[in-house]
Amino acid sequence: MTAAALAPTPTTAAPAAPSAAQALATERAAIDASASGPVLFCFGNAILWLLLTTVLGLISSIQLHSPGFLANIPFLTYGRILPAYNNALSYGWATLSGMGVAIWLLARLCRVQIKLPGVLVTGAVFWQVGLTIGIVQILAGKSTGVEGLEIPGSAAVLMLFGYLLIGLWGALLFGYRRQAPAYISVWYLVAALFWFPWTFAVAHVAMALPSVQGVVQSMVAAWAMQNFLNVFITAIGLAAAYYLIPKVINRPIHSYHLASTGFWAFILFAGLTGAVRLSGGPVPVWLVTLSIAATILLIVQIVTVSTNLILTMRGEYHMVYHSPTIRFTFFGAIAFTIASVVGLLASLRSVDHVLHFTFFQTAQTHLLLYAFFSMVMFGAIYYILPRLVGCEWLSSSMISLHFWGSAYGGGMLIAMLAIGGIAFGSALADPEAIFSQVIQDGAVYYIAGSIAWGMIAIGHLVFALHFLLMLLRIGQPGGEPTLFAPIGEEKH
Amino acid sequence: MNRSLYLFAAIIGSFALSCYALVIMPKCQLGGLQPQTVEDEGKIVDIYPIKNVSVEKGRAVYASEGCFYCHSQQIRDEQNGTDIERGWGARRTVARDYLFEKKPYLGSMRLGPDLSNVGSAKWRNEPENEDPKYKPAKRDAAWQLLHLYAPRTVISISNMPPYRYLFETKKIGGERSADALALTGPNKPKPGYEVVPKPEAKALVAYLMSLDKSHPLKEVKGSAPEVAAK
Ligand code: HEC
Repeated sequence: MTAAALAPTPTTAAPAAPSAAQALATERAAIDASASGPVLFCFGNAILWLLLTTVLGLISSIQLHSPGFLANIPFLTYGRILPAYNNALSYGWATLSGMGVAIWLLARLCRVQIKLPGVLVTGAVFWQVGLTIGIVQILAGKSTGVEGLEIPGSAAVLMLFGYLLIGLWGALLFGYRRQAPAYISVWYLVAALFWFPWTFAVAHVAMALPSVQGVVQSMVAAWAMQNFLNVFITAIGLAAAYYLIPKVINRPIHSYHLASTGFWAFILFAGLTGAVRLSGGPVPVWLVTLSIAATILLIVQIVTVSTNLILTMRGEYHMVYHSPTIRFTFFGAIAFTIASVVGLLASLRSVDHVLHFTFFQTAQTHLLLYAFFSMVMFGAIYYILPRLVGCEWLSSSMISLHFWGSAYGGGMLIAMLAIGGIAFGSALADPEAIFSQVIQDGAVYYIAGSIAWGMIAIGHLVFALHFLLMLLRIGQPGGEPTLFAPIGEEKH
Repeated sequence: MNRSLYLFAAIIGSFALSCYALVIMPKCQLGGLQPQTVEDEGKIVDIYPIKNVSVEKGRAVYASEGCFYCHSQQIRDEQNGTDIERGWGARRTVARDYLFEKKPYLGSMRLGPDLSNVGSAKWRNEPENEDPKYKPAKRDAAWQLLHLYAPRTVISISNMPPYRYLFETKKIGGERSADALALTGPNKPKPGYEVVPKPEAKALVAYLMSLDKSHPLKEVKGSAPEVAAK
């Protein structure tokens, strides 16, 4: 049943006759028009959060090597900037861009026009208002004090309500779909839409229950954080990658069978990995062991997804030189493989006890959330936006500059966090090492991290400006995508 | 339709499994945890942990300033790192230590030392060393206040951010306040002025001084005297 449930890749829906092609094009245009309001709203707000995230990330990074930086302003102290940064990145940029991509992909892949797009916009508005209140409260020192679930309950309720409107509409699209067997991306999207609100709701309810206290509270938070990253974010990112790569290079995915195997491994194991975050801590040992086992079993997904995407690209690697979408998305796909393998190795107890409590874990989060997910989202936005606004991106050099900032800046940031974490963890393995000295010695990594943030900031600013130009319909005439270099140029 | 039914079933089932294994089961296992007791003349008395409501205000400051993004409050056993050898605690911490904490600040990052036992007299963050540069100072409340106001005045290589906004500089009216900070060098206020902690800073320090998870527990091997535990 599993393999059969997969429809052919969208690209194989090759029209038989020109009139059919025309009909398909008209249908797509109608779907895009129905989706454009909510999708643009999500993207626009996501990018505003991305800019805020960049500022917060830069400040928190500078504070690591210059602890006095902005330290006398209560709402800019490190202990508030950091959670504000994490929440803006996860629930602002990542979730909203993910929702935009999910709505558009669902509409396209289910071949349904969106009825009452205003409902989706309303959902996004609720999300937006709730999140803004939440971030302001964090900066005001009124967070819940639970790492990963800092947003206070009252704001979280607004967010959840907004999400439910969006999720429900997504489910309706699936219910009315006209493309009978659903494509693999749709599976991932349905899983993401379902898992997120449940995790979010269970976590916030558990936090409010008086009977949940002590370390149970921490376990719930670890579970919720890991589900967000390993299930929700990963599922949307993979759904987009599975759609964009075959679509742009115009060839079906290598193997439907591999894709479905990967999906089943993912759905079974990804949600069980949460307790690795508490490895070595005051929690039952079986719990951590279970999560380590689940992390190891996820190798099935890592191998199948990576092989599949890489084999789909086989012979078409030159496309990363031409197509912005492919350059970003394929970068993300590779980052997914690296992030997963690193996650697997780091979950092993012998490795974990050195790297736990260091920036290595931050590096892991950013590998997944930035190098994989955000890069795929950038790729998706480069693909989707021209279809919504009717013109093409103005300048390929701006896209290049964005890629430079995000790929090199982001890569450098992650590398510095990872190397710094390893250096720090191994230094502390010696009980005679002076703790404060070890922290001081890390300054070189933090300074390099701030430089990397500067590069990222350039990339994001250029991207935001380019997006704004698109909204104002300032771009190349529609039709042919903006490429880095014309295809065929360097084929000798 | 059938196939999507499978898909839905798998998604719902997997979520239920995840929630059951990682939330409900641990809750059931740890939900019934009780404080350790001793028998005292026929009566059973809780000895550890004891709920300490007087430091709740300081706990709240600890959370709202986000101290736990740099400081953990969990000690791992000897096989898992050097926490114990370092002097951060005499034994590993276990679930029972956090019994009365609605939100335990376990932490996931150590940019600063672990603080599980920072209120205990035995706590140290330096190796036992004769070098005066690293010789442990006496950590009383006055020391902690000074450290919060300007960490580098007491730990010259500190990377901890200062928390000056938890203090106020005011004109000395008559007597110098009893809790005015003994500042020297560039941090010294203008003549006629003094730096005193706001109530938040005092509450925070009271909370820090209360942190001690070193009481022996029977579930931690080698930490509990056989007779005491029940
Ligand atoms: C940016 C990370 C960071 C934040 C945030 C932070 N600290 Fe620290 N803390 C450190 C570092 C680094 C040290 C070690 C150097 C030192 O002792 O000053 C430290 C040391 C300490 C010590 C031990 C001092 C000793 O040697 O006895 C205490 C107590 C402490 N911090 C309390 C706090 C409190 C309370 C807060 C919140 C108001 C806080 N810290 C916020 C980084 C941080």
